[in-house]
Amino acid sequence: MSEVLGVDVWRGAEQGAFQAFAIPRRQHQTVLDVVTEIQREHDSTLSYRFACRVGMCGSCAMVVNGRPRWTCRTRVNEVVKGGERLRLEPLRNFTVVKDLAVEMTGFFDKWKQVHGYFEPGAQPAKDFAVVPPQTKERKFADAGIECIGCGVCYSACDVVAWDEDYLGPAALNRAWTLVNDVRDRGQAARRNAVSGSDGCQACHTHMSCTRFCPKGIEPTYAIAGLKRAMFGWGAR
Amino acid sequence: MPILFIAQRATAFVLAFAVAVHLATILYAVRGGLTAAEILARTHGNVAFALFYGVFVVAVAIHAPIGLRNVLREWTPWRGRSLDVVLLLFSLLLLALGLRAVIAVYS
Amino acid sequence: MRASHTQRGFVAAILHRLSGIALAVFLPLHFLALATALKGADALERFLALTRQPVVAVLEWAIVVALATHMVLGLRVLAVEFLDFREKTAAALSACLVAVFAVGLIFILNLG
Repeated sequence: MSEVLGVDVWRGAEQGAFQAFAIPRRQHQTVLDVVTEIQREHDSTLSYRFACRVGMCGSCAMVVNGRPRWTCRTRVNEVVKGGERLRLEPLRNFTVVKDLAVEMTGFFDKWKQVHGYFEPGAQPAKDFAVVPPQTKERKFADAGIECIGCGVCYSACDVVAWDEDYLGPAALNRAWTLVNDVRDRGQAARRNAVSGSDGCQACHTHMSCTRFCPKGIEPTYAIAGLKRAMFGWGAR
Repeated sequence: MPILFIAQRATAFVLAFAVAVHLATILYAVRGGLTAAEILARTHGNVAFALFYGVFVVAVAIHAPIGLRNVLREWTPWRGRSLDVVLLLFSLLLLALGLRAVIAVYS
Repeated sequence: MRASHTQRGFVAAILHRLSGIALAVFLPLHFLALATALKGADALERFLALTRQPVVAVLEWAIVVALATHMVLGLRVLAVEFLDFREKTAAALSACLVAVFAVGLIFILNLG
């Protein structure tokens, strides 16, 4: 193992350049360790995000050697072989605020647009809902509810890159979990949003979202479920 | 209602069947070369043929322009009403030329 | 090359899209060619004579492969969307491409 890791880090916003650093290689080093070391020891003007550092919050997502991933859960050894350099860029398909930090507002606006939130309805329920975990709907919902909104899938999606109005895999995956939530009372509005031209029909099954999701969620199949459901809605 | 999406998937099912038949027919028919006489011998006055290819043409005239619409909207800056109008015209062109071709080899 | 562009779902989608474009361009020409039969079998035969050059045979093969590609990869999309097909390995895409090449090969063999 060579003793020094060459790192190229994006500096700037939409316009900018890569800045090179040389960081000592350490055993079990994660990419987050590297970025933190750069910011603390070499260039305190570097902007980046992290929080939990243990793979729970998704704040540290960025593009590492061309792949969107969580830096806290990426060992340098996994992505750099031999004398290769480490290349760090902000997530794709987001507006870059500065360096490695991106503007997440648009991403969450699309969640709102798809009605990706639970709607309890005008009247409170009289009693607890009985939702057996083995029902089909609950299994579909459970497959997708662990999403923490990290943005990796959105960064990976080429349709988002080609069509900035496309709601994207995260928002649609969340919509699918709510379409399958038997307690929800906001289905009409959600169905409208999902059926629109920016909704599930724009997905072309590239499957990059499923490939890169750090939580193993499969937005492709959630979106396929929405497409199937959409035919049923259209029949009404 | 996502009419275009539904139309494209519905015609996709029709075309899956029609293309399979068409490919099998072509692969079979081109053995040793294919002449006009051979084609027309099969198609002249063949009602089943005319109906099959008539349906094929209609399905393609719906399916292809919708696909092209996605491509153009995603890979070029063109979108909106003008794109839809041009693609509708393309659809009508395919329909007209296609049905004309079916009639040409049927009669 | 972007990481998402080397993975198989994207490759399948691009092949599907490019073959679709090729077919959309080809179809009007195909219809015009067949319609020469309106002027009688001789007119169609004269047109077909033009197409018996090697370059055209290659293009014909390419269109047959494009049609097979578009259909097979379209079936993959329909399987994911309507049959909830879960593509676990590269086997699905490989199977698709094998089917396409088989069609292309049969076409060449039958032409000769």
